[in-house]
Amino acid sequence: MEVARFWRTIGQRYRLIGEVCPNCGKRIFPPRDVCPACEQEARTPFAFSGKGEVYSYSTIHVPPEGFEKFAPYVVALVRLAEGPLVTAQLTDVDEDEIYIGMPVEMVTRVLREDGERGMLVYGYKFRPARPVRGDAPKSAAELARVPEPAVNPVAEAKQAAMQAVMA
Amino acid sequence: MKPSRPVGITGYGAYVPRYRLAGQAVSELWTDGNAQPPVREKAVPGLDEDVATMSIEAARNAIARASYADPAFSPAELGAVWVGSESHPYAVKPTSTIVAEAIGATPYTQAADWQFACKAGTEAIQAAIGFVGSGMAAYALAIGMDAAQGRPGDALEYTAGAGGAAFVIGPAERALVEIEGSVSYVTDTPDFWRRQYEKYPEHAGRFTGEPAYFHHIIASVTALLRQMNLSARDFAYAVFHQPNVKFPLKVGEELGFTREQLRPGLLVNDIGNTYAGSSVIGLTAILDIAQPGDRILLASFGSGAGSDAFCLRVRKTVAAKDVWTTQEYVQRRTPIDYAQYSRMKGNYKLN
Amino acid sequence: MRDVSIIGIGQTPVGEHWDKSLRELGFQALRAAMKDAGIERIDALYVGNMLSGELTGQEHLGALIADFVGLRGIEAIKVEAACGSGAAALRVGYMAVAGGLHDIVACIGVEKMTDQQSGTVTSALAAAADAEYEALQGLSFVSINALLMRRYMHEYGYKKEDFANFAVNAHANAVNNPYAMFRSPITREQFAAAKPIADPINLLDSSPIADGAACVILAPTAIAKEFTGKPVRVRATAIATDTLAVHDRRDPLYLEGGAISAQKAYAMANVGPSDIDLFEVHDAFTIMSALSLEAAGFAPRGQGVRLAMEGEIGLNGRIPITTMGGLKARGHPVGATGMYQIVEVAQQLREEAGANQVKNARLGMAQNIGGSGATVVTTILERL
Repeated sequence: MEVARFWRTIGQRYRLIGEVCPNCGKRIFPPRDVCPACEQEARTPFAFSGKGEVYSYSTIHVPPEGFEKFAPYVVALVRLAEGPLVTAQLTDVDEDEIYIGMPVEMVTRVLREDGERGMLVYGYKFRPARPVRGDAPKSAAELARVPEPAVNPVAEAKQAAMQAVMA
Repeated sequence: MKPSRPVGITGYGAYVPRYRLAGQAVSELWTDGNAQPPVREKAVPGLDEDVATMSIEAARNAIARASYADPAFSPAELGAVWVGSESHPYAVKPTSTIVAEAIGATPYTQAADWQFACKAGTEAIQAAIGFVGSGMAAYALAIGMDAAQGRPGDALEYTAGAGGAAFVIGPAERALVEIEGSVSYVTDTPDFWRRQYEKYPEHAGRFTGEPAYFHHIIASVTALLRQMNLSARDFAYAVFHQPNVKFPLKVGEELGFTREQLRPGLLVNDIGNTYAGSSVIGLTAILDIAQPGDRILLASFGSGAGSDAFCLRVRKTVAAKDVWTTQEYVQRRTPIDYAQYSRMKGNYKLN
Repeated sequence: MRDVSIIGIGQTPVGEHWDKSLRELGFQALRAAMKDAGIERIDALYVGNMLSGELTGQEHLGALIADFVGLRGIEAIKVEAACGSGAAALRVGYMAVAGGLHDIVACIGVEKMTDQQSGTVTSALAAAADAEYEALQGLSFVSINALLMRRYMHEYGYKKEDFANFAVNAHANAVNNPYAMFRSPITREQFAAAKPIADPINLLDSSPIADGAACVILAPTAIAKEFTGKPVRVRATAIATDTLAVHDRRDPLYLEGGAISAQKAYAMANVGPSDIDLFEVHDAFTIMSALSLEAAGFAPRGQGVRLAMEGEIGLNGRIPITTMGGLKARGHPVGATGMYQIVEVAQQLREEAGANQVKNARLGMAQNIGGSGATVVTTILERL
């Protein structure tokens, strides 16, 4: 088990907490404490928005250990809106809809589990950005798509046995 | 029940995973298509989703709306992060600390997981009303979320869905919705349960209907209407726990609510029964379209059994154009077949 | 600083050595090189290796191999720089001889990969990348190269088949290399139809993992002729580094470490790209060949693939590469690969490359890349 290893990076993995260089203003992710642009110390935390776009992507068919159950899955380099590139999986996406430049947004998901009994490791992934909303929300009537409860004489008897489904 | 100072919902947010399994697929596999599915389809969480990740997303949406409604608000002001669910990822270890960390509410906050079958979410809301209403906290986050389990082939498998909602509870004067009053009604009625270490819940068949679902909701709502001196006609919308399409329509009818009042909050046909998230995600769909002045009735049901009923009144609305609406989640759907569903449920052992 | 030359070379065939352990592979290559140099003692041993700990549970390779070949007591250490370990070991040996600390030094690259299943090897190789920010996100080493290849194709407008000739050329050259793993030619059609591993990288873009060991013996040039009639002078050896993670690079499509390393080597040898007669590139994936050719100054940015498309990388081309099969067809026993490249350049300069002999080869270069470019070792050798 590698609990401490994951625990100490929770801030960056759960919510993209990086750093900003107090000297030159560069936004840094993952945090590295020394600004890669001006090489000054940079420890000021900075929360990234999670918005970005796909810089490149690939689909993994031969996964490393610990990721077998997710295969095939898509990995990407994402250019964050604030500047840095980040390596992450894409999720909730079909391979054929991905393109370089596709807008994406960060979500926190299960990265892997440390075996069946070990801890769950959560972290950032990216998914297609929410489509830009169109006009005003639909009226209540338009949203109503509730069919009448089904009446099927043949199935009625069976229904009786399985009807109550709640928690 | 009323707190000593008025409280309301300052932000709300929903989440529904994108995968959908048709009820017909379950029927075909286990009954040769003879059984009539109680819902058209249900939402299924992806391989990298669980109640913690879904709660995080709903919470982020709620926080985003709360920030529009109340620019002074920040997640660090949340005095509590409470997650109600019956599918917490860990048997022991809070979901709520994961959520609190992911939204930036740590470390000076209360965090706890709630459990009361399908009313764990409204239970967290009740507690948040007390916490904020007493002045112990400025804001509290209450979440109802589930990735529900149903035994393969069981009646529950048709409907056991995934999704839920999060609410920032805060002072009424800054809220989108004022919580005017509430009633909780519980008895020891074992209509549905899951024993320790069991993977799937058991249910008492038709006993879950009249003595459980209907009795408790009717009791809580009737008491609430009496307490508030209101009748069904005073509400623009009502939302009940929705284990299937039939029950909420029927209980609404018995309480004097029309189908028009129920329809915007009735999502079960599209996303299934989201258990602790079921009634509260219906509420978010209503809040997306409600107008100032509208009264909304919310009544949950949790097996075991109890019902929390709330009388809500919309104070103002926010555009929050960059936040997912509930219907956007509902309409974002990727159909899957039973084999994919089985894989997502972890039914195939890889090692 | 003393001038240094290679006085002996040795290698095992690259492949699946089911019947040989790590120490036996090292033994075989070292014995062959010592025999080639006609020596029975060495002063020190530097072992380039990446994954012995991960894949065979054995670290401490310096002492292990020194003892196993009967050289107990000598100075011996392991050198690790991911897939750049082999050439890095040569540089350590070079420093020892050039600095006057030792006269006769052996540098080995050795790797034993086939004792483990592919999932374990995939995970182990990912350790060459950034474990916290690449591997933990589920990236395999192949997929990191796939990200580079996709972006390269996008930015410079190449099609997948434009990379074919890197693989075709490597396989064609491996046919005549008795030490190579895949001694069969492939066609452009086979390349186009190969099974995807991490899109756009397919099986024939990729070098195979394998077992193998290669070795060179170094001595001061002043005494080299006492051991061999064909010493090969080490004109330059240079290491440069870059970020482990691709996302941290200033420009992911520019092998900055490769460029710095090549420039340092050119400066040390006082030569330029146009003086180089052959170039063993680190073609772990076809995209790496393109990036390495560009970094080393054989093509402008975005034009490395053109050298392959226009046939300039063949034995008679402008800059012959992978002349004995490269990583693609000779095989890629990761920590040993850099030493194989050096042995092969030496073979060319000693005119022992048989049918693959590059005519009048005087200066040969090898670029050995660790990770996706975080360590790059450039070596320039000269026929004396």
